[in-house]
Amino acid sequence: MRPIANTRDVTGVPTGRLAIWWVIGSEIVIFGGLLASYLMYRLANPGWAGHAAHTNVVAGGFNTFVLLTSSLFAVLAHQAAEAGNGKKAAKLLIATTVGGLIFLTVKGFEWTHEIQLGYTITANTFWSFYYTAAGLHACHVIAGMIVMLIVAAKARRGVDLHHVELIGIYWHFVDVVWIFLFPLLYIAK
Amino acid sequence: MAVSVGSEPTAHEDHHHEQSFWSKYVFSTDHKVIAMQYMATGVVMGLIAGFFAYAFRMQLAFPGMDVPGFGIVTPADYVSLVTNHGSIMVFWVAMPVLLAAYGNYLIPLMCGCDDMVFPKINRLSYQVFLLSAIVLVASFFVPGGGFGGAWTAYPPLSAKAEYNLTPLGSSLWVLAVALEFVAFLLGGINFITTAMNSRAPGMKMYDIPVVIWMLLIASILFMLSVGPLIAAAIMLLFDQNLGTAFYDPNRGGDPVLWQHLFWFFGHPEVYVVLLPTIGLTADIISVFSRKKLFAYRTILYTAFGTGILSFFVWAHHQFISGIDPRMAHIFTVTTLLISIPIAEMMFVYIATLYGGSIRFTTPMLWALAFIGEFLIGGVTGIFLGASGADIYLHDTYFVLAHFHYTFFPITIIGFYGGITYWFPKMFGKMMNETLGKIHFWGTIIPFNFIFIPLFFLGMAGQHRRIYNFEHFPELATPGLQNIRVFATTALLIMLSFQLVFFYNFITSLRKGKKAGKNPWKANTLEWTTESPPPHGNWPPSELPSVYRPPYEYSHPDREEDYWPQNVPN
Amino acid sequence: MSEHAHPNYVKIWGILLVLLVVSIVGPMFEIQAVTLVTAFGIAFVKAYLVVKNFMHLNVEPRFLIYMLATCLAFMGLFYAGVAPDVMAATGSNWVKPSFVAALDPYADDGGVLGH
Repeated sequence: MRPIANTRDVTGVPTGRLAIWWVIGSEIVIFGGLLASYLMYRLANPGWAGHAAHTNVVAGGFNTFVLLTSSLFAVLAHQAAEAGNGKKAAKLLIATTVGGLIFLTVKGFEWTHEIQLGYTITANTFWSFYYTAAGLHACHVIAGMIVMLIVAAKARRGVDLHHVELIGIYWHFVDVVWIFLFPLLYIAK
Repeated sequence: MAVSVGSEPTAHEDHHHEQSFWSKYVFSTDHKVIAMQYMATGVVMGLIAGFFAYAFRMQLAFPGMDVPGFGIVTPADYVSLVTNHGSIMVFWVAMPVLLAAYGNYLIPLMCGCDDMVFPKINRLSYQVFLLSAIVLVASFFVPGGGFGGAWTAYPPLSAKAEYNLTPLGSSLWVLAVALEFVAFLLGGINFITTAMNSRAPGMKMYDIPVVIWMLLIASILFMLSVGPLIAAAIMLLFDQNLGTAFYDPNRGGDPVLWQHLFWFFGHPEVYVVLLPTIGLTADIISVFSRKKLFAYRTILYTAFGTGILSFFVWAHHQFISGIDPRMAHIFTVTTLLISIPIAEMMFVYIATLYGGSIRFTTPMLWALAFIGEFLIGGVTGIFLGASGADIYLHDTYFVLAHFHYTFFPITIIGFYGGITYWFPKMFGKMMNETLGKIHFWGTIIPFNFIFIPLFFLGMAGQHRRIYNFEHFPELATPGLQNIRVFATTALLIMLSFQLVFFYNFITSLRKGKKAGKNPWKANTLEWTTESPPPHGNWPPSELPSVYRPPYEYSHPDREEDYWPQNVPN
Repeated sequence: MSEHAHPNYVKIWGILLVLLVVSIVGPMFEIQAVTLVTAFGIAFVKAYLVVKNFMHLNVEPRFLIYMLATCLAFMGLFYAGVAPDVMAATGSNWVKPSFVAALDPYADDGGVLGH
């Protein structure tokens, strides 16, 4: 049951897309607050470079590659959905979800290794930020995957095809966050 | 419905199905029911917080007394009571009642649409909010008791169980606050998109009633400011439970970071709750002066200016936290600047009243009281905004009286003003005016007698968060103690007068005069439908269109003194 | 749904991958300026490409761009207002022991597990 209110678009932007941009606006300030805090601490503590050296750049780089690729699938799904091809969109969305899964798996191995070496969340405030920021990002990945599977199931039946674009925009945002997390946590030494 | 129904013109047939009690009142997606749920929850939480105020004020006036209905107030009880009084009043009363309840009720009705754009997200928002309230109430009953580190939760007191002695209570408190933010983020998306995208055909930007503008700006402010505090809450939870050191200066952290993150949200938050009350006051004043709102556009620009400026003032809460003195200068200037737009709004209200044919109905009295009382709150804020004066006054009862002079008008007067004005629309009955006026005077007069004395106590150097002043000889003099007893007595009188409101509410609901569609002869769209509005607000074919701005009262060309927005000419 | 023309997504993906390689290889020279440009400068370029081409922000009305820019600007404001306090090791009547230690070039890296 869709209210009439949902079908109006006074601003010229469809309601769903307007809402998703506002969600992203509020996400920017959530990650922004965390990363701004991290940046201040980081710049005041040159010694953290020694800790950052223990992160696994290869794993982080591979994960960036995985997310960029899954973003490509998400945008291709949007293209397919716009052409009215729900089945193809669903397949591409599932490919995107698999990308998220690979990302989380790599992350799991990476964290296991680091924790075994003793770099736990309490080892140092660098590691606290490392796990908090990446963990918050991983929560967004998981949430995105769940919604994406729901959207894919609907899109397969040709229902609510415009949702494909919305979850895609969210997924790209998660990708963009990682694009910044990667140099902040892994590369800067 | 002429415009953009799109491919689903029949989607509304099930609007008029008979629904079971559960789907109609508990799991409803109807914005009006959700608004009532928010309001009811807010009022219940308000009663809890009022009871807390009663308990700790009794302890302050009569130290060691066995408070009737509560018992002996121990020091741990005391800090827990003041902490949760503050948290509840800000997060579980002001926010749900002003933003969520009025926002949910008014935005679709005044924008002329049938519901919020995402009804299910709206329902989810309330459910998350209810969960947060339950978590908070549960925190009072866990071992160690409720959190006692003040509603601002400064670390290290809030971060370490060794200091606050409430390991569970403090974590539940942070969790409840975080859940509450999630609820309002979900609600805020609905408010913003509905007001931006779903207005009635013909309703242009400057045809939107001021209260809707203010709810919209408040929601935007909330969404843009709450993020850092969500991040801060996660860090605090980790500090409490995992042993990280985000806020521990000995292990690579900084406690002042929390203060910045908190107040970066906390100060815009003041305007998040202030703007809805400013807005509904504007509507009430215009209706009961039978006069066009003076300088409608100026109010809007001022509100936007206030919103932006409210992000530049947060550190005035931290003048004695050891922040960089150069920053303190900057924040003094911005803080004093922000009084200009607010003063401008007050002048606009006075200019609206000037030459109007004023009707002293109960909602009008509340609106006028808002101007007067909030003025005192604003003017005393000047002293605190100046960093030099603040060094003396900080953390005294002067601060306490100041923010109660802002938050009481915002929350309590705003709530009563709104409910007395929209009661006929919400329930289809008129409220009793005599009882309403008794309640008004019985609330406003004691309110001033509670808090004006506290200004004097503050200037005499009485610090906040002291459990028993008998331990401080300079503060235990009979003169000061008598002032405390006086304030507590006024509180008791004010609380007892609230019974009049509840009596009035219930009897009006049962036996009140039928209200009709438009009892106040107002222009805005919510008065064009039935009272109370049916599910879907208007029959789908009769959704209103808008032809003019909302404040065309006493137009010279018209016989009647009002000109509803939806009348073609 | 929007009626804009679709850019060649695969090509953009290719550019992003090239940039990714640069952002990993660049910092390996361990020259600070190169690290800053390759790691962080390129992150902005990548974000711009994703936001413009994948999220299609370029076809949205201006007010959305302003809204997102405001969010970012407020974060900049937050940083500017907070950094003078949080980054300082000492101030009026306070000292942060761990930050003081971090300023000492001969101290270890400030953590319990330094190498």
